Amino acid sequence: MTTCDFAVVGGGLVGSAIAYGLAKAGHRVSLLDEGDVAYRASRGNFGLVWVQGKGLEIPSYSQWSMSSASLWPSLSDELRELTGVTTQHQAPGGVHLCYSRKEMELRQRDLTLLAEATGGQFDFAMLDHEQLREMIPEIGESVTGASWSRWDGHANPLYLLRGLHAGFLRCGGTFLPGSKVQRVHQNGASFVIEREGERVLAERVVLAAGLGNRHLAPQVGLHAPLIPNRGEILVTERMRPLLNLPTTYLRQTGEGSILMGDSHEDVGFDEGTETPVLSNIAQRAVRALPALANTRVVRTWGALRVMTPDGYPLYQASLSHPGAFVACCHSGVTLAAAHAKRLAPWIAGDSLPSEIAPFTAERFDVQTVIPA
Amino acid sequence: MFKRLSLPEASAQQTVNVYFDGRQVTAQDGDTIAAALLSAGIDACRTTPVSGSPRGPYCMMGVCFECLIEVNDIPNVQGCQVLVKEGMQIRSQNGARRLG
Repeated sequence: MTTCDFAVVGGGLVGSAIAYGLAKAGHRVSLLDEGDVAYRASRGNFGLVWVQGKGLEIPSYSQWSMSSASLWPSLSDELRELTGVTTQHQAPGGVHLCYSRKEMELRQRDLTLLAEATGGQFDFAMLDHEQLREMIPEIGESVTGASWSRWDGHANPLYLLRGLHAGFLRCGGTFLPGSKVQRVHQNGASFVIEREGERVLAERVVLAAGLGNRHLAPQVGLHAPLIPNRGEILVTERMRPLLNLPTTYLRQTGEGSILMGDSHEDVGFDEGTETPVLSNIAQRAVRALPALANTRVVRTWGALRVMTPDGYPLYQASLSHPGAFVACCHSGVTLAAAHAKRLAPWIAGDSLPSEIAPFTAERFDVQTVIPA
Repeated sequence: MFKRLSLPEASAQQTVNVYFDGRQVTAQDGDTIAAALLSAGIDACRTTPVSGSPRGPYCMMGVCFECLIEVNDIPNVQGCQVLVKEGMQIRSQNGARRLG
Protein backbone atom coordinates (compact mmCIF):
# COMPACT_ATOMS: atom_id res chain seq x y z
CA MET A 1 0.00 0.00 0.00
CA THR A 2 1.29 3.44 -0.93
CA THR A 3 1.03 6.06 1.79
CA CYS A 4 1.25 9.77 1.04
CA ASP A 5 0.16 13.26 2.07
CA PHE A 6 -1.94 13.77 -1.05
CA ALA A 7 -3.40 11.48 -3.66
CA VAL A 8 -4.40 13.23 -6.87
CA VAL A 9 -6.80 11.19 -8.97
CA GLY A 10 -6.38 12.06 -12.66
CA GLY A 11 -3.12 12.58 -14.55
CA GLY A 12 -4.44 15.04 -17.14
CA LEU A 13 -3.64 18.74 -17.16
CA VAL A 14 -5.72 19.64 -14.11
CA GLY A 15 -4.48 16.77 -11.94
CA SER A 16 -0.88 17.09 -13.10
CA ALA A 17 -0.75 20.83 -12.46
CA ILE A 18 -2.11 20.40 -8.95
CA ALA A 19 0.13 17.39 -8.23
CA TYR A 20 3.16 19.31 -9.53
CA GLY A 21 2.30 22.33 -7.36
CA LEU A 22 1.91 20.15 -4.27
CA ALA A 23 5.09 18.14 -4.91
CA LYS A 24 7.09 21.29 -5.57
CA ALA A 25 6.00 22.64 -2.19
CA GLY A 26 7.56 19.56 -0.60
CA HIS A 27 4.52 17.35 0.01
CA ARG A 28 4.51 13.62 -0.63
CA VAL A 29 2.14 13.21 -3.53
CA SER A 30 0.84 10.24 -5.52
CA LEU A 31 -0.67 10.92 -8.93
CA LEU A 32 -3.04 8.20 -10.11
CA ASP A 33 -3.72 8.01 -13.83
CA GLU A 34 -6.15 5.66 -15.53
CA GLY A 35 -4.16 5.04 -18.72
CA ASP A 36 -4.76 5.38 -22.42
CA VAL A 37 -8.30 4.03 -22.25
CA ALA A 38 -9.39 7.20 -20.46
CA TYR A 39 -11.09 10.01 -22.39
CA ARG A 40 -7.93 12.09 -22.36
CA ALA A 41 -9.22 15.62 -22.89
CA SER A 42 -5.65 16.75 -22.17
CA ARG A 43 -4.33 14.97 -25.26
CA GLY A 44 -6.88 16.48 -27.61
CA ASN A 45 -7.08 20.16 -26.83
CA PHE A 46 -6.22 23.21 -28.86
CA GLY A 47 -3.57 24.89 -26.74
CA LEU A 48 -4.83 28.42 -26.15
CA VAL A 49 -3.91 30.36 -23.05
CA TRP A 50 -6.98 32.51 -23.38
CA VAL A 51 -8.64 35.31 -21.44
CA GLN A 52 -10.70 37.57 -23.71
CA GLY A 53 -14.44 36.96 -23.62
CA LYS A 54 -14.28 34.61 -20.64
CA GLY A 55 -16.30 35.42 -17.54
CA LEU A 56 -19.13 37.50 -19.00
CA GLU A 57 -21.56 35.98 -16.49
CA ILE A 58 -19.07 35.53 -13.61
CA PRO A 59 -16.32 38.17 -13.90
CA SER A 60 -14.13 36.52 -11.28
CA TYR A 61 -13.51 33.83 -13.91
CA SER A 62 -11.88 36.50 -16.03
CA GLN A 63 -9.72 37.46 -13.04
CA TRP A 64 -8.82 33.82 -12.37
CA SER A 65 -7.85 33.41 -16.04
CA MET A 66 -5.78 36.63 -15.96
CA SER A 67 -4.04 35.44 -12.83
CA SER A 68 -3.11 32.23 -14.60
CA ALA A 69 -2.03 34.02 -17.78
CA SER A 70 0.24 36.22 -15.62
CA LEU A 71 1.75 33.19 -13.89
CA TRP A 72 2.23 31.23 -17.11
CA PRO A 73 5.70 32.60 -18.02
CA SER A 74 7.09 31.62 -14.63
CA LEU A 75 5.51 28.15 -14.86
CA SER A 76 6.93 27.67 -18.32
CA ASP A 77 10.40 28.88 -17.23
CA GLU A 78 10.55 26.72 -14.14
CA LEU A 79 9.41 23.60 -16.05
CA ARG A 80 12.14 24.21 -18.61
CA GLU A 81 14.80 24.68 -15.95
CA LEU A 82 13.60 21.70 -13.94
CA THR A 83 12.96 19.25 -16.78
CA GLY A 84 14.33 20.60 -20.06
CA VAL A 85 10.81 20.46 -21.53
CA THR A 86 9.79 23.62 -23.40
CA THR A 87 6.06 24.38 -23.47
CA GLN A 88 6.39 26.75 -26.47
CA HIS A 89 4.37 29.28 -24.49
CA GLN A 90 3.99 32.61 -26.24
CA ALA A 91 1.83 35.56 -25.28
CA PRO A 92 1.74 37.84 -28.30
CA GLY A 93 -1.91 38.71 -27.61
CA GLY A 94 -4.79 37.08 -29.44
CA VAL A 95 -7.63 38.05 -31.73
CA HIS A 96 -11.27 37.12 -32.05
CA LEU A 97 -12.32 37.62 -35.66
CA CYS A 98 -15.60 39.32 -36.58
CA TYR A 99 -17.37 39.10 -39.93
CA SER A 100 -19.85 41.99 -39.75
CA ARG A 101 -20.31 45.40 -38.19
CA LYS A 102 -23.03 44.00 -36.00
CA GLU A 103 -20.69 41.30 -34.72
CA MET A 104 -18.04 43.95 -34.00
CA GLU A 105 -20.56 46.03 -32.02
CA LEU A 106 -21.73 43.07 -29.95
CA ARG A 107 -18.17 42.03 -29.25
CA GLN A 108 -17.21 45.54 -28.20
CA ARG A 109 -20.24 45.78 -25.92
CA ASP A 110 -19.50 42.43 -24.22
CA LEU A 111 -15.81 43.13 -23.71
CA THR A 112 -16.54 46.64 -22.42
CA LEU A 113 -18.83 45.13 -19.79
CA LEU A 114 -16.09 42.66 -18.90
CA ALA A 115 -13.51 45.45 -18.60
CA GLU A 116 -15.84 47.38 -16.28
CA ALA A 117 -16.71 44.29 -14.23
CA THR A 118 -13.01 43.60 -13.61
CA GLY A 119 -12.31 47.21 -12.62
CA GLY A 120 -10.38 47.76 -15.82
CA GLN A 121 -7.96 44.91 -15.23
CA PHE A 122 -9.12 43.20 -18.40
CA ASP A 123 -8.32 45.45 -21.35
CA PHE A 124 -8.75 45.04 -25.07
CA ALA A 125 -8.85 46.94 -28.35
CA MET A 126 -11.12 46.69 -31.37
CA LEU A 127 -9.23 46.52 -34.66
CA ASP A 128 -10.64 47.39 -38.06
CA HIS A 129 -9.68 45.40 -41.12
CA GLU A 130 -6.62 47.52 -41.90
CA GLN A 131 -5.27 47.36 -38.35
CA LEU A 132 -5.84 43.62 -38.31
CA ARG A 133 -4.02 43.21 -41.60
CA GLU A 134 -0.98 44.90 -40.09
CA MET A 135 -0.88 42.05 -37.55
CA ILE A 136 -1.92 39.26 -39.94
CA PRO A 137 -1.01 40.17 -43.54
CA GLU A 138 -2.79 37.06 -44.91
CA ILE A 139 -6.16 37.93 -43.32
CA GLY A 140 -9.17 37.38 -45.59
CA GLU A 141 -11.11 40.26 -47.18
CA SER A 142 -14.38 39.12 -45.59
CA VAL A 143 -13.06 39.60 -42.05
CA THR A 144 -14.51 42.91 -40.86
CA GLY A 145 -12.18 43.29 -37.91
CA ALA A 146 -11.34 41.74 -34.56
CA SER A 147 -11.10 42.24 -30.86
CA TRP A 148 -7.52 42.06 -29.62
CA SER A 149 -6.31 41.41 -26.10
CA ARG A 150 -2.77 41.42 -24.77
CA TRP A 151 -3.79 38.79 -22.21
CA ASP A 152 -4.05 35.99 -24.76
CA GLY A 153 -1.47 33.50 -25.94
CA HIS A 154 -0.90 29.85 -26.67
CA ALA A 155 1.29 26.88 -25.82
CA ASN A 156 1.85 23.29 -26.86
CA PRO A 157 -0.52 21.36 -24.58
CA LEU A 158 1.30 18.04 -25.05
CA TYR A 159 4.63 19.52 -23.99
CA LEU A 160 2.89 21.21 -21.08
CA LEU A 161 1.53 17.86 -19.90
CA ARG A 162 4.90 16.20 -20.38
CA GLY A 163 6.62 19.05 -18.53
CA LEU A 164 4.20 18.84 -15.61
CA HIS A 165 4.66 15.08 -15.35
CA ALA A 166 8.46 15.37 -15.56
CA GLY A 167 8.46 18.25 -13.06
CA PHE A 168 6.26 16.27 -10.70
CA LEU A 169 8.68 13.32 -10.81
CA ARG A 170 11.64 15.65 -10.42
CA CYS A 171 10.08 17.03 -7.23
CA GLY A 172 9.81 13.52 -5.81
CA GLY A 173 6.21 12.72 -6.77
CA THR A 174 5.02 9.15 -7.28
CA PHE A 175 3.26 8.47 -10.57
CA LEU A 176 0.86 5.53 -10.53
CA PRO A 177 -0.55 4.91 -14.00
CA GLY A 178 -2.42 1.97 -15.34
CA SER A 179 -5.89 1.52 -13.91
CA LYS A 180 -9.06 3.32 -13.05
CA VAL A 181 -9.86 4.38 -9.51
CA GLN A 182 -13.02 2.52 -8.49
CA ARG A 183 -13.65 3.71 -4.98
CA VAL A 184 -12.61 6.48 -2.62
CA HIS A 185 -13.58 6.41 1.04
CA GLN A 186 -12.51 7.79 4.36
CA ASN A 187 -10.99 5.56 6.99
CA GLY A 188 -10.34 7.44 10.21
CA ALA A 189 -8.20 10.45 9.39
CA SER A 190 -7.12 9.24 5.97
CA PHE A 191 -8.55 8.34 2.60
CA VAL A 192 -8.36 4.99 0.91
CA ILE A 193 -8.22 5.11 -2.88
CA GLU A 194 -8.99 1.72 -4.38
CA ARG A 195 -8.35 0.43 -7.81
CA GLU A 196 -7.80 -3.01 -9.27
CA GLY A 197 -5.28 -4.83 -7.13
CA GLU A 198 -4.10 -1.71 -5.34
CA ARG A 199 -4.95 0.62 -2.49
CA VAL A 200 -3.41 4.03 -1.93
CA LEU A 201 -3.63 5.64 1.48
CA ALA A 202 -3.54 9.43 1.62
CA GLU A 203 -4.21 12.12 4.17
CA ARG A 204 -6.01 14.16 1.55
CA VAL A 205 -7.43 13.35 -1.85
CA VAL A 206 -7.93 15.60 -4.87
CA LEU A 207 -10.38 14.42 -7.51
CA ALA A 208 -9.19 15.74 -10.87
CA ALA A 209 -10.40 12.88 -13.02
CA GLY A 210 -12.22 14.95 -15.63
CA LEU A 211 -15.49 13.29 -16.59
CA GLY A 212 -14.61 10.49 -14.14
CA ASN A 213 -15.30 12.93 -11.30
CA ARG A 214 -19.02 12.39 -11.90
CA HIS A 215 -18.82 9.01 -10.19
CA LEU A 216 -16.00 9.69 -7.73
CA ALA A 217 -17.19 12.99 -6.24
CA PRO A 218 -20.37 11.61 -4.57
CA GLN A 219 -18.26 9.03 -2.71
CA VAL A 220 -16.73 11.83 -0.63
CA GLY A 221 -19.76 14.10 -0.30
CA LEU A 222 -19.10 16.20 -3.40
CA HIS A 223 -21.15 16.82 -6.51
CA ALA A 224 -19.71 17.03 -10.05
CA PRO A 225 -22.51 17.14 -12.63
CA LEU A 226 -20.22 17.18 -15.67
CA ILE A 227 -21.24 16.85 -19.30
CA PRO A 228 -19.01 15.81 -22.22
CA ASN A 229 -18.87 18.34 -25.04
CA ARG A 230 -17.02 17.36 -28.18
CA GLY A 231 -14.64 19.58 -30.08
CA GLU A 232 -13.08 18.54 -33.38
CA ILE A 233 -9.68 19.77 -34.59
CA LEU A 234 -7.86 19.66 -37.92
CA VAL A 235 -4.12 20.06 -38.30
CA THR A 236 -2.25 20.96 -41.47
CA GLU A 237 1.19 20.13 -42.77
CA ARG A 238 4.03 22.27 -41.39
CA MET A 239 4.50 25.67 -42.97
CA ARG A 240 6.71 28.70 -42.65
CA PRO A 241 5.44 31.33 -40.20
CA LEU A 242 2.13 32.73 -41.41
CA LEU A 243 0.06 33.48 -38.35
CA ASN A 244 2.08 35.07 -35.59
CA LEU A 245 -0.68 35.33 -33.02
CA PRO A 246 -3.51 32.97 -32.08
CA THR A 247 -7.19 33.46 -32.85
CA THR A 248 -10.07 31.70 -31.10
CA TYR A 249 -10.07 28.90 -33.69
CA LEU A 250 -6.78 29.12 -35.60
CA ARG A 251 -3.24 29.00 -34.34
CA GLN A 252 0.13 28.12 -35.82
CA THR A 253 2.18 25.80 -33.65
CA GLY A 254 5.87 26.12 -32.87
CA GLU A 255 6.51 23.39 -35.46
CA GLY A 256 4.61 25.30 -38.16
CA SER A 257 1.34 23.35 -38.39
CA ILE A 258 -1.91 25.29 -38.35
CA LEU A 259 -4.49 23.99 -35.90
CA MET A 260 -8.13 24.76 -36.73
CA GLY A 261 -11.22 24.00 -34.79
CA ASP A 262 -13.68 24.87 -32.09
CA SER A 263 -16.81 22.81 -32.65
CA HIS A 264 -19.12 22.39 -29.66
CA GLU A 265 -21.12 19.20 -30.02
CA ASP A 266 -23.45 17.40 -27.69
CA VAL A 267 -22.80 13.80 -28.75
CA GLY A 268 -22.41 11.96 -25.45
CA PHE A 269 -19.14 10.07 -25.11
CA ASP A 270 -18.44 9.79 -28.85
CA GLU A 271 -14.83 10.93 -29.44
CA GLY A 272 -15.00 10.50 -33.22
CA THR A 273 -15.03 13.01 -36.05
CA GLU A 274 -17.72 13.85 -38.61
CA THR A 275 -17.00 15.13 -42.09
CA PRO A 276 -19.66 17.89 -42.14
CA VAL A 277 -18.27 19.34 -38.90
CA LEU A 278 -14.66 19.14 -40.13
CA SER A 279 -15.69 20.65 -43.45
CA ASN A 280 -17.35 23.57 -41.71
CA ILE A 281 -14.26 24.19 -39.57
CA ALA A 282 -12.04 24.10 -42.68
CA GLN A 283 -14.31 26.50 -44.57
CA ARG A 284 -14.25 28.99 -41.71
CA ALA A 285 -10.46 28.72 -41.56
CA VAL A 286 -10.13 29.42 -45.29
CA ARG A 287 -12.46 32.39 -44.92
CA ALA A 288 -10.16 33.80 -42.24
CA LEU A 289 -6.93 32.96 -44.07
CA PRO A 290 -7.63 32.32 -47.79
CA ALA A 291 -4.06 31.08 -48.37
CA LEU A 292 -4.97 27.96 -46.37
CA ALA A 293 -7.09 26.72 -49.29
CA ASN A 294 -4.02 25.04 -50.80
CA THR A 295 -2.70 23.34 -47.69
CA ARG A 296 -3.02 19.69 -46.80
CA VAL A 297 -4.79 18.57 -43.68
CA VAL A 298 -2.72 15.76 -42.22
CA ARG A 299 -4.74 14.74 -39.18
CA THR A 300 -8.10 15.29 -37.51
CA TRP A 301 -9.46 14.23 -34.15
CA GLY A 302 -12.27 14.70 -31.69
CA ALA A 303 -11.95 15.14 -27.93
CA LEU A 304 -14.41 15.61 -25.10
CA ARG A 305 -14.40 18.80 -23.07
CA VAL A 306 -15.19 18.48 -19.40
CA MET A 307 -18.12 20.88 -19.04
CA THR A 308 -20.14 21.90 -16.03
CA PRO A 309 -23.76 22.98 -16.69
CA ASP A 310 -22.70 26.66 -16.89
CA GLY A 311 -19.25 26.09 -18.41
CA TYR A 312 -17.37 27.52 -15.43
CA PRO A 313 -14.94 25.48 -13.31
CA LEU A 314 -15.74 23.53 -10.19
CA TYR A 315 -13.42 23.74 -7.18
CA GLN A 316 -14.69 22.51 -3.86
CA ALA A 317 -13.60 21.12 -0.52
CA SER A 318 -15.85 18.47 0.96
CA LEU A 319 -17.61 19.42 4.21
CA SER A 320 -18.69 15.89 5.06
CA HIS A 321 -15.26 14.39 4.23
CA PRO A 322 -12.66 16.99 5.29
CA GLY A 323 -9.52 16.63 3.20
CA ALA A 324 -11.32 15.66 -0.01
CA PHE A 325 -11.37 18.13 -2.91
CA VAL A 326 -12.74 18.19 -6.42
CA ALA A 327 -11.27 20.25 -9.27
CA CYS A 328 -12.48 20.27 -12.85
CA CYS A 329 -12.66 22.67 -15.74
CA HIS A 330 -12.37 22.66 -19.51
CA SER A 331 -9.51 25.17 -19.64
CA GLY A 332 -6.71 23.00 -18.37
CA VAL A 333 -4.10 24.79 -20.48
CA THR A 334 -5.07 28.38 -19.63
CA LEU A 335 -5.50 27.59 -15.96
CA ALA A 336 -2.46 25.32 -15.55
CA ALA A 337 -0.36 28.03 -13.91
CA ALA A 338 -3.13 29.04 -11.49
CA HIS A 339 -3.73 25.39 -10.64
CA ALA A 340 -0.05 24.77 -9.88
CA LYS A 341 0.66 28.03 -8.09
CA ARG A 342 -2.60 29.09 -6.44
CA LEU A 343 -5.01 26.15 -6.29
CA ALA A 344 -2.44 23.67 -4.98
CA PRO A 345 -1.50 25.93 -2.02
CA TRP A 346 -5.20 26.23 -1.12
CA ILE A 347 -5.55 22.44 -1.14
CA ALA A 348 -2.47 22.30 1.09
CA GLY A 349 -4.10 24.61 3.63
CA ASP A 350 -3.69 28.21 2.49
CA SER A 351 -6.69 30.50 2.17
CA LEU A 352 -9.01 30.18 -0.80
CA PRO A 353 -8.07 32.37 -3.79
CA SER A 354 -10.87 34.94 -3.79
CA GLU A 355 -11.54 34.58 -7.53
CA ILE A 356 -12.67 30.99 -7.21
CA ALA A 357 -15.11 31.43 -4.33
CA PRO A 358 -18.13 31.30 -6.69
CA PHE A 359 -17.14 27.99 -8.25
CA THR A 360 -18.76 25.50 -5.89
CA ALA A 361 -21.42 23.02 -6.95
CA GLU A 362 -24.22 24.71 -5.00
CA ARG A 363 -24.72 26.99 -7.99
CA PHE A 364 -26.13 24.03 -9.91
CA ASP A 365 -28.87 23.47 -7.35
CA VAL A 366 -32.40 24.61 -8.10
CA GLN A 367 -32.53 28.34 -7.51
CA THR A 368 -35.23 30.93 -7.51
CA VAL A 369 -34.62 33.70 -9.97
CA ILE A 370 -35.87 37.01 -8.67
CA PRO A 371 -36.71 39.35 -11.56
CA ALA A 372 -34.76 42.57 -11.41
CA MET B 1 24.51 3.91 -55.48
CA PHE B 2 21.26 2.28 -56.52
CA LYS B 3 21.06 0.06 -59.58
CA ARG B 4 18.00 -0.97 -61.53
CA LEU B 5 16.98 -4.58 -61.60
CA SER B 6 17.71 -5.57 -65.21
CA LEU B 7 14.34 -7.00 -65.98
CA PRO B 8 13.82 -7.59 -69.71
CA GLU B 9 10.69 -5.44 -69.83
CA ALA B 10 12.49 -2.61 -68.00
CA SER B 11 15.06 -2.26 -70.74
CA ALA B 12 12.27 -1.97 -73.28
CA GLN B 13 10.70 0.96 -71.41
CA GLN B 14 10.73 4.45 -72.85
CA THR B 15 12.87 7.11 -71.26
CA VAL B 16 11.43 10.29 -69.80
CA ASN B 17 13.35 13.50 -69.11
CA VAL B 18 12.63 15.44 -65.92
CA TYR B 19 14.50 18.28 -64.20
CA PHE B 20 15.73 18.27 -60.60
CA ASP B 21 16.79 21.74 -59.40
CA GLY B 22 17.37 22.57 -63.08
CA ARG B 23 19.51 19.52 -63.80
CA GLN B 24 18.23 17.10 -66.43
CA VAL B 25 17.54 13.60 -65.12
CA THR B 26 16.74 10.72 -67.43
CA ALA B 27 14.20 8.32 -65.95
CA GLN B 28 12.14 5.45 -67.26
CA ASP B 29 8.46 5.67 -67.96
CA GLY B 30 6.70 4.20 -64.93
CA ASP B 31 9.31 5.34 -62.40
CA THR B 32 8.19 7.25 -59.36
CA ILE B 33 10.00 10.53 -58.84
CA ALA B 34 11.77 9.06 -55.81
CA ALA B 35 12.99 6.05 -57.82
CA ALA B 36 14.14 8.31 -60.65
CA LEU B 37 16.14 10.50 -58.22
CA LEU B 38 17.80 7.54 -56.51
CA SER B 39 18.70 5.88 -59.80
CA ALA B 40 20.30 9.15 -60.90
CA GLY B 41 22.42 9.13 -57.73
CA ILE B 42 20.46 11.90 -55.99
CA ASP B 43 19.97 10.75 -52.42
CA ALA B 44 18.99 14.04 -50.74
CA CYS B 45 15.95 15.94 -51.99
CA ARG B 46 14.93 18.06 -49.04
CA THR B 47 16.09 19.64 -45.79
CA THR B 48 14.17 19.31 -42.54
CA PRO B 49 12.12 22.23 -41.13
CA VAL B 50 13.71 21.97 -37.67
CA SER B 51 17.47 21.48 -38.12
CA GLY B 52 17.89 21.90 -41.87
CA SER B 53 19.60 18.53 -42.20
CA PRO B 54 19.38 16.76 -45.58
CA ARG B 55 16.90 13.94 -46.22
CA GLY B 56 16.09 11.65 -49.14
CA PRO B 57 13.72 8.87 -50.23
CA TYR B 58 13.54 6.10 -47.63
CA CYS B 59 10.43 3.92 -47.35
CA MET B 60 9.37 4.22 -51.01
CA MET B 61 5.79 3.39 -50.05
CA GLY B 62 4.22 6.63 -48.88
CA VAL B 63 4.57 6.45 -45.12
CA CYS B 64 7.82 8.14 -44.06
CA PHE B 65 7.47 11.52 -45.80
CA GLU B 66 11.25 11.75 -46.20
CA CYS B 67 11.08 12.18 -49.99
CA LEU B 68 9.16 15.49 -50.01
CA ILE B 69 9.86 17.64 -53.04
CA GLU B 70 8.26 20.46 -55.02
CA VAL B 71 6.72 19.30 -58.29
CA ASN B 72 5.74 21.91 -60.85
CA ASP B 73 5.55 24.50 -58.02
CA ILE B 74 3.39 22.34 -55.73
CA PRO B 75 5.21 22.00 -52.37
CA ASN B 76 5.45 18.98 -50.03
CA VAL B 77 4.74 16.33 -52.66
CA GLN B 78 5.68 12.76 -51.73
CA GLY B 79 8.13 11.79 -54.45
CA CYS B 80 7.50 8.06 -54.04
CA GLN B 81 3.80 8.46 -54.77
CA VAL B 82 3.99 10.35 -58.07
CA LEU B 83 5.14 8.99 -61.44
CA VAL B 84 7.55 10.95 -63.62
CA LYS B 85 6.20 12.81 -66.64
CA GLU B 86 8.14 14.30 -69.53
CA GLY B 87 9.45 17.77 -68.73
CA MET B 88 8.46 17.67 -65.04
CA GLN B 89 10.12 20.42 -62.95
CA ILE B 90 11.16 18.98 -59.61
CA ARG B 91 12.80 21.08 -56.90
CA SER B 92 14.21 20.30 -53.46
CA GLN B 93 11.82 20.96 -50.60
CA ASN B 94 13.98 23.07 -48.35
CA GLY B 95 12.56 23.47 -44.84
CA ALA B 96 8.85 23.96 -44.22
CA ARG B 97 6.71 24.85 -47.21
CA ARG B 98 5.75 28.36 -48.07
CA LEU B 99 2.11 29.23 -48.34
CA GLY B 100 0.94 30.62 -51.66
